[in-house]
Amino acid sequence: MPFNILVAVCLTYVILLFLVAFVAERRAQRGRLGWLRSPLVYTLSLSIYCTAWTFYGAVGYAARSGLEFMTIYLGPTLVFVGWWWVLRKLVRIGRAQRVTSIADLISSRYGKSNLLGVVVTLMAVAASTPYIALQLQSVTLSFGVFAAETPEGWALPDQGATALWIAGGLALFTILFGTRNLDANERHHGVVMAIALEAVMKLLALLAVGVFVVWGLADGVGDVLARIDASPIADWPLQPARWAGLTFVSAAAIMTLPRMFQVLVVENADERHLATAGWAFPLYLMLMSLFVVPIAVVGLELMPAGTNPDLFVLTLPLAAGKGKLALLAFLGGFSSATSMVIVAAIALSTMVSNHIVTPLWLALRQGSAREPGDVRGLVLMSRRVSIGAVLAMGYGYYHLSGGSAALASIGLIAFVGAAQVLPAMMGGIFWRGATHVGATAGLLTGFAIWLYALFLPSFGTGGLISPHIMADGPFGIGWLRPQALFGITGLDPLLHAMFWSLALNLLAFVVFSLASFPGPMERLQGVAFVNVFDQAPGARGWARGGAEAEDLLSMSQRILGTEEAQRFFQGQAAGQGKAGYLPDTTPDFIARLERQLAGSVGAATAHAMIAQLSGSASVSVQDLIAVAGEAAEIKEYSAQLEAKSEELARTARALSAANEKLTELSVQKDAFLGQISHELRTPMTSIRAFSEILMESDLSEQMRAKYAEIIHEEARRLTRLLDDLLDLSVLENRKVQLNIGVANLHDLISKAVTAASNTRPERNFVVQRDFSTEHMPVFTDTDRLVQVFINLISNSRKYCDAERGVLRIEVKRRGQQLRVDFIDNGSGIPKKAQGLIFEKFARLTDTSRAGGAGLGLAICREIMANLGGDIDYVPGQGGAAFRVTLPLQRKVPPFDRSGAAQADLNDL
Amino acid sequence: MQQGGQPLFLARRSYRRRRMMDAAKMLPVLGAVLVMIPALWLPATTPEPDTAHGMVYLFGVWFFLVLAAFGLSRGLAPALEAEEKPEGAGEEGN
Repeated sequence: MPFNILVAVCLTYVILLFLVAFVAERRAQRGRLGWLRSPLVYTLSLSIYCTAWTFYGAVGYAARSGLEFMTIYLGPTLVFVGWWWVLRKLVRIGRAQRVTSIADLISSRYGKSNLLGVVVTLMAVAASTPYIALQLQSVTLSFGVFAAETPEGWALPDQGATALWIAGGLALFTILFGTRNLDANERHHGVVMAIALEAVMKLLALLAVGVFVVWGLADGVGDVLARIDASPIADWPLQPARWAGLTFVSAAAIMTLPRMFQVLVVENADERHLATAGWAFPLYLMLMSLFVVPIAVVGLELMPAGTNPDLFVLTLPLAAGKGKLALLAFLGGFSSATSMVIVAAIALSTMVSNHIVTPLWLALRQGSAREPGDVRGLVLMSRRVSIGAVLAMGYGYYHLSGGSAALASIGLIAFVGAAQVLPAMMGGIFWRGATHVGATAGLLTGFAIWLYALFLPSFGTGGLISPHIMADGPFGIGWLRPQALFGITGLDPLLHAMFWSLALNLLAFVVFSLASFPGPMERLQGVAFVNVFDQAPGARGWARGGAEAEDLLSMSQRILGTEEAQRFFQGQAAGQGKAGYLPDTTPDFIARLERQLAGSVGAATAHAMIAQLSGSASVSVQDLIAVAGEAAEIKEYSAQLEAKSEELARTARALSAANEKLTELSVQKDAFLGQISHELRTPMTSIRAFSEILMESDLSEQMRAKYAEIIHEEARRLTRLLDDLLDLSVLENRKVQLNIGVANLHDLISKAVTAASNTRPERNFVVQRDFSTEHMPVFTDTDRLVQVFINLISNSRKYCDAERGVLRIEVKRRGQQLRVDFIDNGSGIPKKAQGLIFEKFARLTDTSRAGGAGLGLAICREIMANLGGDIDYVPGQGGAAFRVTLPLQRKVPPFDRSGAAQADLNDL
Repeated sequence: MQQGGQPLFLARRSYRRRRMMDAAKMLPVLGAVLVMIPALWLPATTPEPDTAHGMVYLFGVWFFLVLAAFGLSRGLAPALEAEEKPEGAGEEGN
């Protein structure tokens, strides 16, 4: 494999990565996100956990320590299969608080304290720089492997130059695609897509080499298993404490490594992606680890003694003459290294610019937040410079350490350093009592011990710590020896440092948290973090007033960009029901604005900038307590008011209903009295008139008899009217005595037809009946029922305006009810009158023709009500149609209408 | 009885979901115990070399964890969606 082809392929691959990132970024800009934010891409982006340290180092690790390398991947597996517990909460908090980095998370949780942000940032930079150097070294080494093979005598390129080129290229890529936008919640789609592609690349490469080794070099699975037991690896000593400790520390690192936090939380586009990553990422790790031991075993067996086992992935295919496979493996390793460096540089530069550069700039230009100036440009520039600086530091570190073996162990050292954030992070999201004093104490303790007992000694004796101190402790204090703290010797140095740093970190965190008292902002944030799943959005940390909307807008424009800030302000103003760009500066609005800004410059800086404008450093404890008390009072009061007003509304409704009924009753009563007076006066007038005539003496006998007849007739009419009225009154009050008996319906109808036939006997009138249906027994007051029938038939005889009147009588049984319909062939009753006909004294035509008082149907209705049935007018039957409904069996006493009204009134 | 069947069914489903959340929380604990088991048998001290067995065992555990997490994720994903709804509704209420 000629070296220049390798370089060409490598360059092509890099160009491909740039293209992919560019296309993804373009798609995202046009809003065509689609698969850019799919759970698969999210899962693949998590694979930056597998760096060159995995790709090359895992095989070397297995060759040296057997299965112990698996702990590094089993720890994260445990965290991910338990995503429901911790990761879901972390992601939810990250989204709710618009967290930009792990330093921002810690700083935001502990009262937006920038000091904590600085501490975490420094720790992250210290732990990550050697790790970045390790990636550069791995790429340089793998170049070297190919270069050494070149028969044409290509001079082994200067390793330092290779590393420099790589560092420069990575810086360019990261600056191009990692600092396009400021808001952490606008994701780096280009970068994420590129690392997803690299994730596929490295998995494919490792699997391909593994398959080649197992089925190409060895003789299948069984053979490989036998070779494993026969190889020196089989004698690996499993130290239980180390096994458990490494599993734990890698589980911690997956959450606390700055680059992992970046892809896991900050770049997360949808919480539901976690559900997929929960099983898919462990699967990815498993596939990455699957062929590690076989490659190591076969490598140890086939390669000459003294070959670097870290490079077996490359050297095995090369030795077997499989140049293309080796090239694939090279690209896999290249991918592993570059993706890690890119994300780490983004994460670190965000932290440095948000927690160190911007606050410094703010402090230097004190009170000048109102002045114009491009904060956005400053932050972006500081981020770009930070990326350059981080890579320069990585390169410098690589250069200084001379690519020595010291780098090989840096992976685990970085893990332990990152894990120092774990107590503050877990305490922050699960324990409301965790305070910023506790977090600072814990972090500093852990960091110091990590530096002293692990990081500095890792440079080897004669490095940064003198051999004298290593052997005898500082100032000859034996129990402070870096690798034997408190006089405990004989422990594995990594385990020793891990145990003491994390144990004392946790102890300091808990003790100082218990002993200190959190500030108000801290307590607000504590609640917001711990109860992120069950709270109404955003605890507010701002008192009303202070800041002017205009000042806030001009400041936001400088951070978010003019258009974005104006859109945000306009949206907020619209939400408050105002037009224009300036919403009221309510505490709610300021809190929202702060969260928006926090997405760009971090919580602490955003808080400080708004504090500068509003004059006061947010709220005091007294304010908070007062606000909380007030809020509780108002809440209770309004709840009471609500209950009361509901009750009042109910009462008012009942009262108005009662009032309506009373008014109606009163109107009815007046109308009734008026009608009665009128009905009584008509016959009375004629009686009086004719009796006056009778008093005159010169009347013929004939005339006298005639007038006496008239008076008699009118008196009878009066009596009938009074009888009807009495009857109606008795019926209405349900005091009527019913004589329940059994009779054949047919007989009753016949009786009624006969009785009614003397109404206008001169009329040409036919009654049509269907005798067969009429024969059925009825249990009721038969006389009353016949009265109803007579009334209906004689009404029809009276009012049916057809030339040849025809009345059909139809009997039907419907369930437990009996229906008798009386349908004539007249023109029926006009629609607007249909509602009135059952009212007292309702008469549609003039009195003389009717010859009655207009009480007939009213009485019918009352009778039917008393019998437990009903009478209705049925429209649309081709004439007047009345339907009498009667229950077949008499049931409960009929409903008492007046009694019901009474009951309603009593309810009030 | 027909009407009574529906709520019983729903309650059963949310009950299942609750137990799934419990299982999701317990799975890493179970996994940790299974992963720690090799620490008990110390492969270097056994008379016959059995690193290969250890490897097969660990990958077996690993695969089991992936499958279990897959099953639980399938069951819990609807719960995530249901949970996101009240959030939006809560903002209106504010």
